[in-house]
Amino acid sequence: MALELYLDLFSQPCRSVYIFAKKNNISFDFKKLSLLDGQQYGEDFGKISLIRKVPALRDGDFCLAESVAIMLYLAEKFKTPDFWYPADLRQRARVNEYLSWQHTAIRMHGSKIFWLRVRSPSLICVGAVRLVMSYLSSLPFIGLLAQRESCSEPLSAWRDRVQEAVGKELFDEAHQYILGAQESVKSMDSSKMQVYKPKILRLFM
Amino acid sequence: MFLPDVVSEKSISGPCRAKCSIQYSKEFGDISIVRKVPVMKDGGFILTESTAILEYLTQKYSGSVADHWFPADLQQRARVNEYFSWQHMNLRAHCSKVFLLRVRVPIVMDAEIPKETMDFALENVKQSLNLLEEKFLQSKPFILGDKISVADVVAVVEIIQPIGTGFDGFEGRPKLIAWRDRVKKELGEKLFEEAHEALMKSSNMPQKLKNSSSFAQLKPILQKLFR
Repeated sequence: MALELYLDLFSQPCRSVYIFAKKNNISFDFKKLSLLDGQQYGEDFGKISLIRKVPALRDGDFCLAESVAIMLYLAEKFKTPDFWYPADLRQRARVNEYLSWQHTAIRMHGSKIFWLRVRSPSLICVGAVRLVMSYLSSLPFIGLLAQRESCSEPLSAWRDRVQEAVGKELFDEAHQYILGAQESVKSMDSSKMQVYKPKILRLFM
Repeated sequence: MFLPDVVSEKSISGPCRAKCSIQYSKEFGDISIVRKVPVMKDGGFILTESTAILEYLTQKYSGSVADHWFPADLQQRARVNEYFSWQHMNLRAHCSKVFLLRVRVPIVMDAEIPKETMDFALENVKQSLNLLEEKFLQSKPFILGDKISVADVVAVVEIIQPIGTGFDGFEGRPKLIAWRDRVKKELGEKLFEEAHEALMKSSNMPQKLKNSSSFAQLKPILQKLFR
């Protein structure tokens, strides 16, 4: 059985895993899951992951959740080039440090901005801030999605370097859905979002 | 577990301690701009984030740290990483929130916690504990299986966090109680008690915080965090 990756490319950690696997020519079955349609709550997906989040991996009998764990698993199993997750003690520690910190930092705040500005259009955006609609994926490869006019120069330069290292085609392919999010929400069936309303009210209001 | 050269109160100068809380001092900021604990200083190498520190220590001292703490096996290691990743925004976040809502937030924000807010926080803890039991532990003695690992240590300390405030996450969960007792036995009761001694005195933390000489400086910083 081929390795399976359950992904919705609207999700930041899914894009990390997708980009990492593709860049390293790791072949996998792309199992598309639509979070908007609530497919993560289906009975079949529950057998893959009780956590009911994406990304998820199935490798034979072995199922794994959490994008960080999945990428590190792939890096080790497929012996990707050392720079992705260095064997050197201190270098590896630096990557682990970032991977740990980002959960409650950039990832959390970026997601919040995304929800406020795209998924909850009736809500007023948080204050006059220079925050960008951004996300960070993991490993030494980091992708930054930013509204160019509000992204600082050092971050822009870094983003461009990452894009170049990954390859523009793969980078754009992974981001095509999310970049169109603000437009696509206009044609979105709002009844599908109602299931998220209680959570949004508690988390953001 | 031993952390070499961990930043301690003793390493911060006396006058600064009188003026401001230690993690906001200049000295600590020179060590870690993130201003959180734990921080590890190993010679010239400074590292933050507990899970990164744990992995660093197991890798550096691999000659003396038994493999079961952080196994080299591909799938076992993936399970540790999976737990480490999940717990940030789940068990850790939810237990911490209950702890903070009970001992910090009312003092800092000068307001009672609405019942709805506390109920929501408690419901989140319940969901996380359910997943710990059903997904991570299942019917195994420890998260990885027969032997204790760093995942068990990282998990157990979070559930204990709000106990001193009157919320016991183990209550009514015999599976978790049995697991906790196994973890305690593996670590040694003395070490376990020693690590949690300060926390168990947290019931008087609100008063202590209010009376602290650095509260006036701390209050606006904490209000921003809790808004």
